[in-house]
Amino acid sequence: MPLGDILVDVQSIAKHFGEGETRVDALRSVDLQVRAGEVVALLGPSGSGKTTLLNIIGCILEPSAGKVALDGELVFDKGWLRTDLRRLRLDKIGFIFQSHNLLPFLTAEENVAVVLDLAGWQPEDNANRVHELLDYLEVGHRAKVKPALLSGGEAQRVAIARALANRPRIILADEPTAALDSVRAQLVMDLLRKLAVEQEACIITVTHDEKIFDRFDRLVNLRDGRLVNG
Amino acid sequence: MNIALKDIRHGLFRFVLTCFGLGLLMTVVLAMIGIYNGLVADALAIVKLPKADLWVVEARTKGPFAEASKIPASTRDAVLRMPGVSEAGAITFQTIETAHAGRSLRLYVIGFERGRPGGPDRIVAGRTIGASHFELVADRKSGLQVGDVVRLGRNRFSVVGLVEDAMNSGGDPAAFVTLADALELQTTLDPAAARIQAARGSEPAYKPTVAAIIARVAPGADIGLLTATVRQWKHLGALTQAEQESLLLVSVVDRARRQIGLFLGILLTVSAVVIALIIYTMTMEKLKQIATLKLIGAPDRTIIGLIVQQALILGASGWGIGLVLILLVKDAFPRRVVLEPFNVMVLAGIIAAVCLLASGLGVRAALKVDPATALGS
Repeated sequence: MPLGDILVDVQSIAKHFGEGETRVDALRSVDLQVRAGEVVALLGPSGSGKTTLLNIIGCILEPSAGKVALDGELVFDKGWLRTDLRRLRLDKIGFIFQSHNLLPFLTAEENVAVVLDLAGWQPEDNANRVHELLDYLEVGHRAKVKPALLSGGEAQRVAIARALANRPRIILADEPTAALDSVRAQLVMDLLRKLAVEQEACIITVTHDEKIFDRFDRLVNLRDGRLVNG
Repeated sequence: MNIALKDIRHGLFRFVLTCFGLGLLMTVVLAMIGIYNGLVADALAIVKLPKADLWVVEARTKGPFAEASKIPASTRDAVLRMPGVSEAGAITFQTIETAHAGRSLRLYVIGFERGRPGGPDRIVAGRTIGASHFELVADRKSGLQVGDVVRLGRNRFSVVGLVEDAMNSGGDPAAFVTLADALELQTTLDPAAARIQAARGSEPAYKPTVAAIIARVAPGADIGLLTATVRQWKHLGALTQAEQESLLLVSVVDRARRQIGLFLGILLTVSAVVIALIIYTMTMEKLKQIATLKLIGAPDRTIIGLIVQQALILGASGWGIGLVLILLVKDAFPRRVVLEPFNVMVLAGIIAAVCLLASGLGVRAALKVDPATALGS
């Protein structure tokens, strides 16, 4: 499959916590490039820096050094270059969580619609997009149901719909299949892969789930804050 | 999409229960405000009732409410002859406990001269006193009805009319009788005591005394000058209406007023703390959801709106429930509970301010939440 533009470009990223004797280097000079249509897994033992790297790409953690460019826009270079990081996330990044993290007081369709509402979509376009996504993910019949009444698989598909709603080009997923059985886990990964291609997006997933390793284009290994391969 | 309302609807039963609890607290606060106002209003009601401009009382006394005052009834003529005085009437006050319909009845009996100031104002049922003797107009809180007959002293009085909001500072309902009947009540001895006095040959000469002379002045008359003139008569004192009201508040109900005022202050403080705790707890329970909202790109105003709207809805509901409850039960209180629209609106303002301050604590906590909290399990 041909790969497209570079959507995530991380150069010499470092992140440390604390100073002096208490200093912990979570990431040490990490370089990573991910292109449109690419599905990448971040692997590594606990404490290797996977989640730190994911948070930096998601603009929710400030690196100590390095540069970050998202969808062709340099967003970090010795400091954030944009003040509206939440707007940046809203426009460019979709998040999928280990536990679906749907808002319990909203129905499935409202959980998806809330992102479009925040992005300023017109109500009619919003409704069309929500139902298009839910139908595509085969949870359209559960649109009016609240998360507590959805099965694990349904809830995760609604969460995927929410992540994709505003057509972000970067999807970050933290253990998206951890709560699913192996069959559903592979189905979810196939779905993500398909959506990545269709929406010309890239997907970066933190995972420990060996059953789905074959669903990734690339496995990026981290050890003690450094890239081992990738 | 209003996520504040969606969240409320999601946990509606719990939210309604919280509002109801807060409503009960607001009922207590409003009741205390009403009791406080009622105390002041009751204390002033009896002074305001005659619509007097000038109170002529016994010299060197603060009568007739703060201290006993006795002056000759004939003083009325002297006062009436003063330039600028348009009307004057003698008045007496005494508390009588009697029995009626098998229960004890305590009345604040006001004796007044028919056709002169001091009589019942705004009759709400029946009529005013039309006969010289043995008719009575009572405050509705006495429980008496038009047509009832009640025994006062040695005589039986027919209730011919009812008034409202006429009682003394102790809350005893007023009963208006003619001055002649009131004086007889004050001076007539029990038959046995009268016989003993007569046997001793010491039957006193009848010298009618009244508690005060109340006067109304003609438009443009100088009340200060009238007061000063009366005070020059060595055996009389004079108080303006304003002085009488302030005296009553300072001397008679001040401690009770301050007591209730202090308790009201404590109650408002406790309410503020309770509201703050409820709102803060509501916010803390939602931190994970707030982190998720921040992560998916919700701006601060969305988060602040969620917390502040819920806080204000909670406060408004509590205030509304409290107001409805107190309006439903206020007439069951033995003494008056007076709620002025101003007080109710001030309480609404205080609750709104407390809710905003309390939501400020919640907002502070919410804005500090790291969006990364939403990641992972």
